[in-house]
Amino acid sequence: MNGARNPQLGPDGRLLHLLTLEGLPAETIVSILDTAEPFASIGERDVKKVPLLRGKAVFNLFFENSTRTRTTFEIAAKRLSADVINLNIGASSTSKGETLLDTIDNLVAMNADMFVVRHAQSGAPHLIASHLHATGKPHVHVINAGDGRHGHPTQGLLDLYTIRHYKRDFRALSVAIVGDVLHSRVARSLIHGLTTLGTPDVRVIAPKTLLPARVEAMGVRVHHDMRAGLAGCDVVVMLRLQSERMKGALLPSSGEYFRHYGLTADKLALAKADAIVMHPGPMNRGVEIDSAVADGERSVILPQVTFGIAVRMAVMSMIAGGPP
Amino acid sequence: MTSRADPSDANLPDAEEALASLAQGMRAGVAHGAAFVGIYSGGAWIAERLAKLLPGDHPVGYIDVSFYRDDFASKGLKAGARRSNLPFDVGGASIVLIDDVLYTGRSTRAAINELFDYGRPASIELAVLIDRGGRELPIEPTYVGARVACARSLSIALSRAGDGKLALNVEPAGKA
Repeated sequence: MNGARNPQLGPDGRLLHLLTLEGLPAETIVSILDTAEPFASIGERDVKKVPLLRGKAVFNLFFENSTRTRTTFEIAAKRLSADVINLNIGASSTSKGETLLDTIDNLVAMNADMFVVRHAQSGAPHLIASHLHATGKPHVHVINAGDGRHGHPTQGLLDLYTIRHYKRDFRALSVAIVGDVLHSRVARSLIHGLTTLGTPDVRVIAPKTLLPARVEAMGVRVHHDMRAGLAGCDVVVMLRLQSERMKGALLPSSGEYFRHYGLTADKLALAKADAIVMHPGPMNRGVEIDSAVADGERSVILPQVTFGIAVRMAVMSMIAGGPP
Repeated sequence: MTSRADPSDANLPDAEEALASLAQGMRAGVAHGAAFVGIYSGGAWIAERLAKLLPGDHPVGYIDVSFYRDDFASKGLKAGARRSNLPFDVGGASIVLIDDVLYTGRSTRAAINELFDYGRPASIELAVLIDRGGRELPIEPTYVGARVACARSLSIALSRAGDGKLALNVEPAGKA
């Protein structure tokens, strides 16, 4: 099958789906970030809409709960003038036993143009894209909105957009990613993006129990001591402590975690004076981040959300335009 | 540079002379407070020059029509789209839309649509440096710098040198 290696890119290198940042060429990532710039200003206009996806049907398929991601995808599609259909999968056919691909085939029969997919299984969006290709529907596009522990490429892209917005040049940056890297698809996507764009110093800071095996192979330096890890960095990315996924005794208690790995003003003081603080949300205040830091002047957590809409508009319009 | 067709193929006028002639034609007709909105990138350069050349106080805005083009389904999104920037209230404004080369009229249509997403202007006029004919929509310019005949196989492009001087070139069509 043509494109089995990297099904998100067409033969001419054009973006057909967005499944992962892993293996995505630097110029494609930069082009998405560049394209997002003019979309960012549309949210400030009287009419917050452009006609690019007029008449297209975008299906939000969220097999896992999400508020922010689903809402920002919905806003992005609506600002592109698409029709958005939100499927509450938990309450629908899959619970009656329909397979994922049967669900897809039925929605394609309803003339879907794009699927935005979140799924607990790593690889589900990839499976859907391959299926669409195999069944002769290459004009239907797939965006991964988070799959298992694998990736969350639009979150990675909006993180990259945010970093570039405040810090400009990736090739001069130290970025520290702090917390539950093991369970975090956000961290995985961001690390791939940062290394692809030539960030010389990417650090992960976490207890051993919250790091995947051989994490160094992704091109990061590992710190178990947060103070040492934050020293002199330009960007601090806090990860949510995904307590609902923590089975077994990975951590003693959330209070103990906050003491060692929670971001407080005195720990942040070890980073550069102009370092920015990011968090993909939702935040656990008092667990991985102190309220004074989350609401402080170096926090860019809310701008991240706004930028996320522009980045999703850019991705949707890049994959939907042009001949199939 | 890539292969550049011979400018004599299109009998191109000098860009600076065409600009002077465009400004001359606008002098009597354009309201003193009219906003000048240039279509990226050539129209933006011309709008800046005209705002200095013409009497009155003309706020300058910029518009990128990438999100309003009618060939999105066949060509996709053009790389390098820029932010439109209209630093005045479009609602009730007298606007002169400014472009370098008027051809099919499709960019003008896209620009007018975009302007209306910012507000309801009192009026929109159209000023172009070059009118090369070949309209595919019922759009006519209010002010023209020069009219030229040009083969369909060629496209006319405006460039700006480091010293701000404008120049017209012809290229094989289909690159844009």
